[in-house]
Amino acid sequence: MIVPYGHVLVLAGIIFCLGLTCVVARRNLIMVLIGVEIMLNGAAVAFMGSGLLWQRLEGQAFVLFILGIAATEVSVGLALILHAYRRSGSVDPDTYSVLKG
Amino acid sequence: MNLYALMFYATAVLIIASTVLAVTRRQAVHSVVFLVVSFLGSAMLFYLLGSPFLAALQVIIYAGAVMVLFLFVIMMLKAEQGEEKGFAKRFWAPGVLAGFLFFAAACVAVFSDPSGTVPLKLNAVTPKEFGRFIFERYWLAVELISLLLFLGLVAGIHLGRDKGRGEEDPE
Repeated sequence: MIVPYGHVLVLAGIIFCLGLTCVVARRNLIMVLIGVEIMLNGAAVAFMGSGLLWQRLEGQAFVLFILGIAATEVSVGLALILHAYRRSGSVDPDTYSVLKG
Repeated sequence: MNLYALMFYATAVLIIASTVLAVTRRQAVHSVVFLVVSFLGSAMLFYLLGSPFLAALQVIIYAGAVMVLFLFVIMMLKAEQGEEKGFAKRFWAPGVLAGFLFFAAACVAVFSDPSGTVPLKLNAVTPKEFGRFIFERYWLAVELISLLLFLGLVAGIHLGRDKGRGEEDPE
């Protein structure tokens, strides 16, 4: 009816890889957290496609759980970033070197 | 190619383009705005893949609440000098090469599997059916998620308190 299942998976993979690039290559904690969000979104797209392939509702149930986990992760992550910023005055993860020997 | 396939590919191009723009912007505010477009695109994709309820949740939670939270924190940090050090130049070539190898291998794996080329059947699930399913089969997971959200709230309040700062360096 609509597209082949593989195309949905490839789209999810591309979204995930873009998020991974954002996490690895950016030197700003906000952008790192945004990258994690993009990766979770890619996983949700893959679950949606799988749920449609097997005509089961489990895929959509897991998308709902991913939404909840992403919301929690963002709130805790942003609170941690604010905390770290108050301590060190920077959002660059390379400057957090208190434990460096 | 029917109308649904056309809409799927148009949405996919929209999502990928806006995500690439979001990842490459220097200013975090710009990237959040592009990310809102990307999440609206994936809400449309969820609608197309048969779940209007999750599409609405995606708009409300991701594109609405989470992105506004990001904007608030960016405004609170006021650390946008735009002099972010990039990824070291000598790591770009191996990184891009490894990424393309991985992508090619994943594509081969997906399309050599017989289920990879099965066309998906359209199926829309009403919120009522979905709610019944969730609360009959996965009620424990729903409770755990609500507990997790509560813990997130507690952690946010605890970490966000300004305790200790006044004693160390009063401004």
